[in-house]
Amino acid sequence: MLSVPNESEIIGDRVATLAPGQPDVTHGTILYLEDVTLSFDGFKALNKLNLTLDDGELRCIIGPNGAGKSTMMDVITGRRKPDSGQVFFGQNIDLLKHQEHEIARGMVGRKFQRPTVFEALTVAENIELTLLGPRAPWAVLKARSTAAERDRIDEVLTTIGLIQLRHQPAGILSHGQKQWLEIGMLLAQNPRILLVDEPVAGMTGEEVARTAELLVSLAGERTVVVVEHDMAFVRKIARTVTVLHQGSVLAEGSLSSVQSNPKVIEVYLGETPCSH
Amino acid sequence: MLFKTLFAGHERGGLIVMLAIVLMLLWVSIGNLAVPASSSWHVSTYTVTILGKFLTYALLAVSIDLIWGYAGILSLGHGAFFALGGYAMGMYLMREIGDRGQYGNPNLPDFMVFLNWHELPWYWYGFDHFWFAALMVLLVPGILAGLFGWLAFRSKVSGVYFAIITQALTYALMLAFFRNEMGFGGNNGLTDFKDILGFSITENSTRVGLFVASGIALILGYFIAQAIVRSRFGRVLVAIRDAEPRTRACGYPVAQYKLVVFVISAMLAAVAGALYVPQVGIINPGEFSPLSSIEAVAWVATGGRGSLFGPIIGAFAVNYSKTQLTTLAPDLWPFVLGGLFILVTVFLPKGLISLLGRRKKPVEESETMVINKAIKQETSVAADRKTEVL
Amino acid sequence: MTNHTRNHPQSSAAPIGLKRFRRWIAPILTLCLLLGATLPISVAQADPASPSLAAGSPTVSAIASDDAMTRSQAIKALILQPPAGAADVLHALDRGMLYVTAKPVARLGIADAAGKISAIDSDEILGNTSDAQWQPVSINNVIRIQLRPRLDLMALASPDVSKRRDAAQDLFSARLTPDYIHEIKALEPKIKDADVQANLRKLVAGFELNDADPKVRLAAIADVADALDPEIRAKLANLASNDNDPAVKAAAAKTLDAINTRVAGWQFLQNLVFGLSLGSVLLLAAIGLAITFGVMGVINMAHGEMMMIGAYTTWLLQQLMPNHLTAALFLAIPSAFLAAGIIGMAIERGLIRFLYGRPLETLLATFGLSLMLQQAARIIFTPLNRAVALPDFMSNSWVVNPVFAITYNRLYILIFSLTVFFGLLLLLKRSTFGLRIRAVAQNRAMARACGVRSNWIDALTFGLGSGIAGIAGVALAQITNVGPNLGQSYIVDSFMVVVLGGVGNLWGTLVAGMGIGVLNKFLEPYSGAVLAKVVVLVLVILVIQKRPRGLFPQKGRAAEE
Repeated sequence: MLSVPNESEIIGDRVATLAPGQPDVTHGTILYLEDVTLSFDGFKALNKLNLTLDDGELRCIIGPNGAGKSTMMDVITGRRKPDSGQVFFGQNIDLLKHQEHEIARGMVGRKFQRPTVFEALTVAENIELTLLGPRAPWAVLKARSTAAERDRIDEVLTTIGLIQLRHQPAGILSHGQKQWLEIGMLLAQNPRILLVDEPVAGMTGEEVARTAELLVSLAGERTVVVVEHDMAFVRKIARTVTVLHQGSVLAEGSLSSVQSNPKVIEVYLGETPCSH
Repeated sequence: MLFKTLFAGHERGGLIVMLAIVLMLLWVSIGNLAVPASSSWHVSTYTVTILGKFLTYALLAVSIDLIWGYAGILSLGHGAFFALGGYAMGMYLMREIGDRGQYGNPNLPDFMVFLNWHELPWYWYGFDHFWFAALMVLLVPGILAGLFGWLAFRSKVSGVYFAIITQALTYALMLAFFRNEMGFGGNNGLTDFKDILGFSITENSTRVGLFVASGIALILGYFIAQAIVRSRFGRVLVAIRDAEPRTRACGYPVAQYKLVVFVISAMLAAVAGALYVPQVGIINPGEFSPLSSIEAVAWVATGGRGSLFGPIIGAFAVNYSKTQLTTLAPDLWPFVLGGLFILVTVFLPKGLISLLGRRKKPVEESETMVINKAIKQETSVAADRKTEVL
Repeated sequence: MTNHTRNHPQSSAAPIGLKRFRRWIAPILTLCLLLGATLPISVAQADPASPSLAAGSPTVSAIASDDAMTRSQAIKALILQPPAGAADVLHALDRGMLYVTAKPVARLGIADAAGKISAIDSDEILGNTSDAQWQPVSINNVIRIQLRPRLDLMALASPDVSKRRDAAQDLFSARLTPDYIHEIKALEPKIKDADVQANLRKLVAGFELNDADPKVRLAAIADVADALDPEIRAKLANLASNDNDPAVKAAAAKTLDAINTRVAGWQFLQNLVFGLSLGSVLLLAAIGLAITFGVMGVINMAHGEMMMIGAYTTWLLQQLMPNHLTAALFLAIPSAFLAAGIIGMAIERGLIRFLYGRPLETLLATFGLSLMLQQAARIIFTPLNRAVALPDFMSNSWVVNPVFAITYNRLYILIFSLTVFFGLLLLLKRSTFGLRIRAVAQNRAMARACGVRSNWIDALTFGLGSGIAGIAGVALAQITNVGPNLGQSYIVDSFMVVVLGGVGNLWGTLVAGMGIGVLNKFLEPYSGAVLAKVVVLVLVILVIQKRPRGLFPQKGRAAEE
C-alpha cells in the first residue's frame, strides 16, 4: 500500500477546503465498480462491469471502439447514472449519490479526449480557476489571489512544464501543451483519481515522451487511469492493463500477459490464432 | 495574444474614452450655461439633450456588452429593462405633475382621469417619492431579470435559445404595456412631465444637470463593469463564455454566475432608461419593441464586444449616423442598420476597436513563438515514435 | 351560402365578393321563381284582395304618388300580400332597381345594370334610368326589414335545396312581425325538407315562447329542445326565471340546462377547431424554420420575410389576373415557393455560409437582412396593407349550427398545412434528397466523404426551408392583410413552436404548433388575446424548464453530446 501524503504538505489551506468525506482506503482500493450495467436504447454499453483500482496505481485501459471505455468514465465521474450496479470511492463513499461537480472536486478528475482549456485566459488563470476554493459567485467576486494560491499555481505549472508560459493566453498553446495544461487544471483540483482519455492522440514524438514522464510521475501520489489506443505509449507507462470488450472486462494483467491472451487476440484480430 | 492585446489596449482605450467623456461633459455644460447664445462656442440645449440621450444609450450598450461580450449571453430583450427603468422614472415624473395636468386632478395622472378611473392603482403608491422611484428603477428590472434568468439559466437555456426567449419577453411586455388596463398610459405612455426633484424639466440648467448625471452614470457603470470583468468572477465569466461545460465540470455553479451578471446588467440598463426618460420627455411601449433591443445590440457589435469601451464608441457612432441619416433620408436608415449588422458580423466580428488593436498583434505573437521554441529545446527528449499495433 | 362576407374585419375584399354575388343572385332567383310557380308549394299565392301590379292600378298609382306616406303604405301592402309575379318586383325593390313613372299612366319598371328599364311582365323596353319621368322607388330601413323575410319566404319555394335552407336560416335571424309568424306557421307542415321544416318549427316555437297561453308556451318549450340559438336560449332563460306558471318555469329550466350542456360541448369543439386553425398557421410558419433551424442549425431571422415574399407573390399574381382568382391562388403556391426558395438560396450562398458555426452572428446578420427586406418591400409596395381577394370556394363559412361555424379559408389552410407537413416528412424520409439533407445535418465530413456535395445540399436545404416559408405566406395572405410587417409578427411564435417541439423533430413541430394554437384559443375567453400570448410564452418557458430539449428531443447518443 502506498502512503498518501499529508494533504497539508501539498498546499497549505487545502485541508479546510477538501470535499466532504475522505475515502477509506484501508484495503488499498480506491475505486470499486460492481456489476455496473448501462444501456442506451437497448444497447448495453456496460454489461455487469467489475473493476477495482488500487490506491496510487497507474492503470491502462484498452479495448476496441464501443467497448464501453467512455461510458465507464462517464459513470465514474457522475456524468451518467448506471441502470444498476455500485460505484464506490474508497470503501465508504457511494459515488452514485454525488453530483458531477462534487465528484470533480477532490475525488475524480477527468481529462477529455479533446483538450478544452479557456483560450482567452492566461495559462496561470486557467490553473487559478480550477484551484480548490470557493465557487459561489459572491465569494469569487470578492476573492483576491493569496500567496498560497500563487505558490500552488507555480507548483502545478512546474509539474506540467508550462511555468514559462504562465502569462500567455492558453489559446496560443500547441496541441500537446494544451493537453498538459488540462492535466494541470485537473491537478489543481487535487483529485485522488485521474482519468485520462487518449492523452497522446495527435502529439508529436517528443510530446508523447514528456506526457509519459508526466503521467508516471503523477502516479503514486494519485491513482492514474489512462485510456489509450496507442500501444507504444501503453508499453511505455503500463504496469497493469485492463482490456474492455462489449461493456465488461475481458482480461486484466501485465501488458505481455494480456497481449498473449487468446481471447484478446480474437477480439482484436477477429479470429483465434492456430498456434494457441 | 489577441485577447491580451485587446485587454491591455482596453485599459488605455477605456481611459481615453472616459477622459473624452469627462471633457465632453465639461465642454457641453460650460458651452451651454456659461457661453452666451450669440457666441459660436455656444452649445445649444438641443445638442445637450441629444448627447445626453447618447450617453444613456452608451450605458445600455455597456450593460449588454457585460453579458454578451464577457459571459456570452446574448439578450435581444435588454430594451425591456431599459424601458422598465424608464417607466419607473416616468411614474415618478407623472406624480410630480400633481394638479398641473390638463384635468387638474391632484390625485390621478391625466390618462387615468381620461379613462374614468377614480383611484390610483396600488402599484403607483410611493412613486411620488423620488427615493422610492429610484429604488424601483433598480428593483423592478432586477427582480424581473432575476426571475427570468433563474428560469432560463437553471435549465441551461443559452445561446440562440436565450436570445429568442428574451426577444419574446420584451415582445410580450410591449403587448402588455400597450393595454390601457395595465395603468401605464397604454399607447401614449407617460409624458407631459413638468418637474424633476422640484426643478423644471424644460430649464436649460436641469437639462445640463441630467446630461451630466448621465455622463457620471456612464462613467460609474463603466468602472463597475470593469471591476467585475477584471476580478476572478470576470475570469469565470470568460471561462463560461468560451467553454461552459468545462467550467461546470470545474465545479462552478454556472447558472448562478450568469444570473448574477444578468441581474447587474439589467440594473445598469434600467439606470440608463431612468436617465433617458426625463431627457426625451416621454416613455411609451415602443421602447419595449424588439427592434429597439436589437438596435442596442447593433451598437455593441459595431463598437466591439468583449471590450467595455468599444460599445460606448459604437453607441455614439451608430446613433450619430442615425440622427444624421434620419433627417437626410429616413427611408435609408433600415438599410444602413441592416447592412451594418451584416458587415460587422461577416467582416468585423470584433467590431471597430479590432481595427485599433491590429497593429500590435504580430509582435506579441512572435514573442510567444520565441518562448515556445526555448521550451521545446529545453525539454526535447527526441524519441522517435513508432506506432505499434497489437 | 350564408355568410357572404369574409371573417376578417379589415378585409376590403368583402364588398367585391358581395358584388359578385349580387350580380348572380338576381338571374338565379328569377329563374327559381319562374320554376317555383310550377311547384306544388307556391308561396306567393295570389289573394283576391291583394294589390295589383298592373299599370294604372291603385297600388301602382300610390307608388307613383308624390306623398311619402301614400307611397310607403302601398309598398307595405305589396310586401305583406304580394300578388302573383311580384317576386321580380320585390327583388328589384330590394336592390334599388325598381323604377316608377306617373306618366302617361302609373307604371312600374325594372332597371338592369346598363340602365335600361323594362316592363315587369314582358321584355318590352320602357325607357332609361336617366329619363326624367322614371323615378327609382326608394325604401327606408323599416320597410327593408319587412321586405327581406318576404324574399326569404319566396325563396323557400326555390328548387335549389341550399337556397331553401339558407332562406330558413335567414328567416330565423330576421325580425319578424306576427303576420309573418302566422304565415310561416301555416306554411311549415307543407315543407318537404326535414331540416328546413325543423328550422321553421323552431322559429315559430321561439315566437310562441312568449305566447299568453301557458299550454302554448309548454308546447313551444318542447319544440325548441333541440335549438342552440342564442335568441331561444335567452327566451328560455327569461321563462325559467320569470314565468308565472310553475310548470312552464320548470320545463324551461330543464330544457335550458340540457341545451346549455350541448352548447358547452359545441363551444369546446369550436375552440378546438379555432385553435387548430391558428395552430395550422403557426405550423406552416414553423415548418420552414424546422428545416433551416432544426436540420441545419441556422437561425434565420429573415424567415418571416420569406413569408412576406410569398404573400406579396400571391398579391401580385392576383393583380395580374384579377378575373381568375382561383387560378391565381393555385399558381401562387409554386410561384411563392420558387420566389422565396431562390431568394433563400441566394441568402445562403451570399451570407449564411460565411457564418456556419457562429449561431449568434448568423442571428444578427439575418436580422439585418430582415430589416433590409422589410424596407425594400416598403419602398416597392408602399407601407400600405394590401388585401388579397378570396376565390369563391374559400370565401364562406361552413355553418354546422348556431354555435359552431368555421370559415372555409381557415378549413382549407388547416388541410393545406397538414398536406405540406406530410409532404415534407415524406420528402425527408423517403427521397434521396431528404437522405442527403439528413446525412449532411448529422455528419458533414462523413457525408462529404461519401460524395455528397454538401455545399449544394446546404443551399438546397435552405432554399427548401425558405420556399416553404413562401408557401406559408400564400396561406397567410388568405386570412390576413399583406404588408411589410407580415412575417415579423410570426417569427417569435414560430421559433417558440420549433423550440418547444424539440429542435430537429418535425413531429414535435406539429404537436407544438397545434398545441400552442389550441391553448391560445382556450385561454383567450378568460384573459383576452394579449394576455393569452403572454401566458403561452410563460408556459413555453416553464415547459423548457422541465424539458430543456423540447417536448420531443432527438434520441440517441450523438444528440446528448
